[in-house]
Amino acid sequence: MTNILEYIKHPLKRKQALAGYLFISPWIIGFLVFGLYPICMSIYYSLCQYDVLRIPQFIGLRNYSDLFFNDNYFWGSIWNTLFFTVIRVPLVIIGSLLLAVLVNNAIKGVKIFRTIYFIPSIITGVILSSLWLWMLNPQYGLINSMLAYIGIDGPLWLNDPNWSKPSIIMMSLWSIGGARMLVFLAALQSVPQHLYESVELEGGNWWHKFKHITLPLISPIIFLWSILEVIVSMQVFIEAYIMTKGGPLNSTLFYNLYLYNKAFDDFEMGYASAMAWILFIITMIITVIQFKGSKRWVYYEGEGAK
Amino acid sequence: MTQKKLKNIMIFSLLTLLAVMFIIPFLWILSTSLKPESAVFSFQWLPETWKFDNYLKVFEKIPFLLYMKNSIVISLITIIGTVLSSSIVAYAFGCLEWPGRNTIFIFVIATMMLPLQVIMIPLFIMFKELGWLNTIKPLTIPAFFGGGAFNIFLLRQFFKSIPKSLLDAARIDGCSEFRIYWSIVIPLAKPALATVAILTFMFTWNDFLGPLIYLSEKAQGTLALGIAQYAGQMNPEYSVLMAASVLMMLPVIIIFFLFQRYFIQAFTMSGIKE
Repeated sequence: MTNILEYIKHPLKRKQALAGYLFISPWIIGFLVFGLYPICMSIYYSLCQYDVLRIPQFIGLRNYSDLFFNDNYFWGSIWNTLFFTVIRVPLVIIGSLLLAVLVNNAIKGVKIFRTIYFIPSIITGVILSSLWLWMLNPQYGLINSMLAYIGIDGPLWLNDPNWSKPSIIMMSLWSIGGARMLVFLAALQSVPQHLYESVELEGGNWWHKFKHITLPLISPIIFLWSILEVIVSMQVFIEAYIMTKGGPLNSTLFYNLYLYNKAFDDFEMGYASAMAWILFIITMIITVIQFKGSKRWVYYEGEGAK
Repeated sequence: MTQKKLKNIMIFSLLTLLAVMFIIPFLWILSTSLKPESAVFSFQWLPETWKFDNYLKVFEKIPFLLYMKNSIVISLITIIGTVLSSSIVAYAFGCLEWPGRNTIFIFVIATMMLPLQVIMIPLFIMFKELGWLNTIKPLTIPAFFGGGAFNIFLLRQFFKSIPKSLLDAARIDGCSEFRIYWSIVIPLAKPALATVAILTFMFTWNDFLGPLIYLSEKAQGTLALGIAQYAGQMNPEYSVLMAASVLMMLPVIIIFFLFQRYFIQAFTMSGIKE
């Protein structure tokens, strides 16, 4: 508290403190109006039946119990979203890490390759989805045309319930790999070279270097991005909304797509709000599990080897 | 030595193969966009007849100019709001001393965890009650209030690197804080501001969910909305759809090649692409 008194007594400090509060006030207002207020209302709506036209009717936990006990689409969408996340995240991490290792070689033109791999990352959302809608067209799309060229009968991709989720995963690997590659490349380049030399002295090959030096030193970055990628994957929406509308046979009815349908097609705002909170909690649980698991494989410098 | 050469050749071939995989969809799209619709369904790289009309057809099938104008207006206003507002807030965190600063900063960072889908519905209802639906207000006005936690964080890191003696000298000369912010800090921070502007442009230009929820009237539509609608039809003409996509990604690609450095910085630092 003496700290604050000091600010009050000292005119120059007081002036600066006042300016400080003035300068952050846009954020404070923004947070209260566009952050805190909606969160509070969301909790309230999730306990109501609310179709926007009439005022919200308080119904207690019924939305939640309906979701858990009477809604197969809800469980289906959780399955689809978890499947998508569990397959996609490791592929993105491993794929872009390999890419980073590859472009970390001192080879002529490697900078051009980095740029080329990165370019798809600037394409997102709607354009990405329309491009791949065409790429994945079972009869005339590029992928099946090329497969046919070498004599393979390609799958129906987005039209086949078994292939629809892998199709979207494949698309997202193409679209994000280069961006994540840059992140891992920066991490790889921050590993001190003399550490590798000591492995060489002991007669280790590239695999020893990778396993005992590179991997431990970049594990915090891998960990950070595996958490962020889980959060992103759990939110998958646009791809399914544009390319499949959730089909075929609801195989791409992802959680946020179902939530959107409930909120903005059926106008069941209370039900959708309850869904939003459940997704938040599921994502939090996964993040906590990742944190617990990280103690076994993430290495922090300064802690020393265990 | 030869073994090393062999290794390099193998790596180079692998890099080339991957490059083809990453780049080939773009060539295919460009090729499709220039084919007559009847030739779209044949597997060939170079169109027999070059149909630049497809690009004109885009303007018939989709009210492209209108949507482009709407997208540009929304993007510009959002960029101005975000850059102004996040730099003002970042100035308070990076250049000013006041009680509670560090606590509130942690709080700002914590808001990055706010789940979007939780606040989406109440925001929609709030904007509806304010009568803001089918206007660009819900998409632009929030940008003027804080400009996003990530941008604040990014700018604050940059502002902290500005020598304190420079700011103090100006203070002794009797400059107001706003004057210091505007005439000293902002000019010095141009690279960081450019990164924020590019990130914001990428986000608003491609944003789909926002316009989808708030703009249901056709006259207000954005490019992303228009193209999504066309792609969602039963039988879209792929040549036209691809031409429209090429047109929409053109500004993004141009900006990428002009500002590659900022762009890559923005991507490596930002958590989430969408």
